[in-house]
Amino acid sequence: MTVPSDQEVSDTGDRFDTAAPELVRFLTARTGRTWPPDTDLFATGGLSSLFAMELVVHLEQTYGVSVRGTDLRLDNFRTVRRMVALVDRLRNSEPGDHGA
Amino acid sequence: MTGQNTTPGAAQRLAVLGAGVMGTGIAALAIGHGIAVSMIDVDRRRMAEATDRVDRQVRTARLMGALPEGTRPGVLDVGVSLADVSTGRTGPLTAVVEAVTEDPNAKAKVLADVSALVAPGTPVVSNTSSIPIGELARSVARPEDLIGSHFMNPPYLIRTVEVIRGPRTGPHTLAAVRGLLTTLGRESVVVEDAPGFVTSRILHPMINSAVRVVAAGTASVESVDKLLQGCLGHPTGPLRTADLIGLDNLVDSLWVLHERTGDENCRPCELLLTKVRSGHLGRKSGRGFYHYEGDL
Repeated sequence: MTVPSDQEVSDTGDRFDTAAPELVRFLTARTGRTWPPDTDLFATGGLSSLFAMELVVHLEQTYGVSVRGTDLRLDNFRTVRRMVALVDRLRNSEPGDHGA
Repeated sequence: MTGQNTTPGAAQRLAVLGAGVMGTGIAALAIGHGIAVSMIDVDRRRMAEATDRVDRQVRTARLMGALPEGTRPGVLDVGVSLADVSTGRTGPLTAVVEAVTEDPNAKAKVLADVSALVAPGTPVVSNTSSIPIGELARSVARPEDLIGSHFMNPPYLIRTVEVIRGPRTGPHTLAAVRGLLTTLGRESVVVEDAPGFVTSRILHPMINSAVRVVAAGTASVESVDKLLQGCLGHPTGPLRTADLIGLDNLVDSLWVLHERTGDENCRPCELLLTKVRSGHLGRKSGRGFYHYEGDL
């Protein structure tokens, strides 16, 4: 089975309960704020959009995934829930499925 | 599968001299628009890191939706010499972009070397935040081929570029560089030559004043930025902007302005100098007025 890498991520991820707390801890440590799962990190008054690339690198290094091609878009990193869903999908996809 | 590459920048190649923050940022902008880049730096460590730094910035640009959809990325070549590039061994050259450190002597030397090697009529673009182009033109073989650019950091996210027409810049050079910037999806605003041109002449003394306010204990770094953002509509605040510029570059630029205008507001304040001496250079070093993780 192959999983296309460029699909819109769903807002539900099987590993949400496992990955979300780690991601929230990382965000809290980096920003000094707490982030509920559905809060838009980059909305007005939120984080600089340049911080998004730090999130990409953090997810790649922590979860052993590679975010490439059309997965590389800000909407996939807007909330904790979306990031967890992306990681979940990439970890369940076969090697070579992403990187368009 | 091979096919004709219809990307607008596909037939073009830039030589970028200097693999620092601005050089790698300009290279990322070009590559993301399909233009091939030959990158040259005398610092071997920086050259070793250049491919990763450019790749990360191309990814950041893509993440931010700042690159045209479906563009085939340009090729980055970091293993070449200036002689290879100038003699056309790497392919015809659209322009040379000099992005070495903001030091008039260093820029003059590099510009003298490159202008002696490239074909007449090849635009030589000095990317500078403050050094007058007329001053740099004294070092080059053909002043009509020299022009100034002032890309903001990061070049792939900020769509407007200050273009400086030196007193001897030729019309063909201006037209070619404006065309190149259009291919790169940038809007060019052409200004006349002066220390700091427009943006740095206004912004840099303002940042210097913001640092003085912090040093005087009137307000914290965060409060200064919040006030300038919330009350005056500045997008990031002057001190976060300073971190993005690079505090060492800011100091260099302020000295250029001070020496050429005599404006005491341009004399770098002590807190700024202390930070630079401590190696707290802003975002690129992980610490400036704020702390950062990761290098953009």
